[in-house]
Amino acid sequence: MKPVLLVDFGSTYTKATAVDLEAGGLLGTAASFTTVETDINEGLSNACAILKEKTGVNDYTATYACSSAAGGLKMAAIGLVPELTVQAAKEASLGAGAKIMKTYAFKLTKSDVREIDRLRPDILLLTGGTDGGNSETILANAKKLTALEADIPIVIAGNRCCADDCEEILEGRQIYVCENVMPSLGKLNILPAQKIIRELFLKKIVQGKGLTKAMELMTDIIMPTPSAILEAMQLLANGTGSTSGIGELLGVDLGGATTDVYSIATGSPTNMKTVYKGLEEPYAKRTVEGDIGMRYSMRGVVEAVGSERLASMAGLTAERLEEMLSYLEAHKDAVPRDEEFLRLDDALASAAVETAAIRHAGTIELAYTPMGETYVQSGKDLRNVKNIVVTGGALIHSKNVEKIARYAGMDGAHPESLRPENAGIWVDKKYLLAAMGLLGKNYPETALEIMKREIIYYGDQK
Amino acid sequence: MEKKKLVMGVIGADVHAVGNNILYHAFTDAGFDVVNLGVMVSQEEYIAAAIETNADAIVVSSLYGHGELDCKGFREKCDEAGLDGILLYVGGNIVVGKQPFEDVERRFHRMGFDRVFGPGTAPETTIDALKEDLYKE
Ligand code: B12
Repeated sequence: MKPVLLVDFGSTYTKATAVDLEAGGLLGTAASFTTVETDINEGLSNACAILKEKTGVNDYTATYACSSAAGGLKMAAIGLVPELTVQAAKEASLGAGAKIMKTYAFKLTKSDVREIDRLRPDILLLTGGTDGGNSETILANAKKLTALEADIPIVIAGNRCCADDCEEILEGRQIYVCENVMPSLGKLNILPAQKIIRELFLKKIVQGKGLTKAMELMTDIIMPTPSAILEAMQLLANGTGSTSGIGELLGVDLGGATTDVYSIATGSPTNMKTVYKGLEEPYAKRTVEGDIGMRYSMRGVVEAVGSERLASMAGLTAERLEEMLSYLEAHKDAVPRDEEFLRLDDALASAAVETAAIRHAGTIELAYTPMGETYVQSGKDLRNVKNIVVTGGALIHSKNVEKIARYAGMDGAHPESLRPENAGIWVDKKYLLAAMGLLGKNYPETALEIMKREIIYYGDQK
Repeated sequence: MEKKKLVMGVIGADVHAVGNNILYHAFTDAGFDVVNLGVMVSQEEYIAAAIETNADAIVVSSLYGHGELDCKGFREKCDEAGLDGILLYVGGNIVVGKQPFEDVERRFHRMGFDRVFGPGTAPETTIDALKEDLYKE
């Protein structure tokens, strides 16, 4: 046996997954409650103890971890034009597994800088201008940032022609210069910035999050949990050199406070009559809906779909729905078991999945021109994507998970939203994706094999 | 000498792609750094692109006859976005049918376009004009 331990430090749970590399299989999983107050290392040793009881294994040849503890990786992104470099900076941050606290367009003001001091992001991403393009704004913004009181690492990924000048202006601070996130108009180049963000997370950020001690036990890699999930989704979709993946996919991770959506797909226009508008889309894309979730962001879900529709989805009267929502608001940790509450949770989950998927997917608009119809697409066209993968504690335990997951797909009420038309549903019942993303960094074959075996496939629409 | 930057595209709901592509190659060959936004370009898209790339000129093409409507307020929007004084050209079949070109030109000048080109203008004419306007200082 060659056991490997994979740990996911969450804000409420520490999850441990054991895998045997020799047999190429899953040994077991365990979770232990952790809070911000309790030591994160305690959560780890508890989870390991449970795991040992289940598997009999105590010694691991390697240990890898990801973390979203203490708020995860928090970033603020600065760019020039909202639809261009600000969007590119946002894609870079989200793809690196960060939570975006705030984005800034055009020139920073003094109060913006004070706000950044107040928000205290772990990393600041400073962009603006294509290579050889606008330099005035990024230089002005660098100058403004010299007034920051907090010693926040700043990644500079803007117009390469003034990167040196920005570095000089910000001398004495933690500065990391890399390639422009948008080197030429509409062209996305986010991998270099993401690489630096991940390195910074590992080197600097985890220390502040109570993970230093836990890190000593780790062989390698501490990455933000969403980043590990994105790795897993890519491996699952693309496969390895020798083993095929399941193909392009749309993934939804439904949580209590936020909902993350991933797509591993090109999403380019499928026909010649479609004109594409806007910034290029990353092949591996992540979006985060901060107002969509099962508990803390329950109200955002209600707002998105309307209480009338939600009530009818749950088979409740408007009054009863309001009563139940108020109850859940007051008891956020309640795990409802009676039939009526389960129905509400299924409706909330369905509405959350639908809303988050709609916001992630691209849209198509019909433009009537004198010679007939032309289509204008922005964002990704996911209609031909054949796989929907769902994960997240709030979702995978529902009896109706397959039905809920289908809300990520195309429906008659939103024909403009380019979501999968006919996809099979994959459910990450054992909550393995983050662990497999970690494992896949070094052992992609094993990780892929385990995912294909353990993630339950429901097939496409009957 | 540093290359001058142009942002170009076909405005509005216009899908005539061919002439615009020819112009793109002609401008590039003439030594300009060109961002081609393609067809169906909104005023906002030209402006966003010009800001981010620090462009020296915006060259608007319109071929389907609705150019006048599509170009309304363009100069004002540029001013609003901080692109004051950016060079604005327009050309193609910018209005419907055969109207006296002087009238059309006057109307587009009044809308804030620096130069207006009628149907059948050769790319070289525009290139000479660009060189004159952009390299004169
Ligand atoms: C091919 C074509 C189409 C194709 C376009 C395919 C495509 N994706 O490109 C299709 C069938 C889609 C089409 C549709 C329509 N078309 Co059409 N089309 C033409 C046609 C036959 C050729 C255009 C072309 O490619 N020319 C070749 C290129 C190289 O020339 P160019 O486009 O004129 O560009 C050159 C110059 O104009 C100049 N130029 C262009 N832009 C600029 C900008 C500046 C700043 C400068 C200096 C110069 C400049 O330089 C270019 C290179 O030399 C012309 C007629 C013609 N012979 O020009 C009509 C024509 C342009 N179309 C016309 C019309 C009316 C339409 C429709 C409204 C027709 C309809 N009723 O259904 C629709 C509009 C669709 C839309 N939403 O845009 C009219 C426009 C009339 C007007 N402006 O008064 C024309 C002139 C035909 C006509 N005589 O009636 N069309």
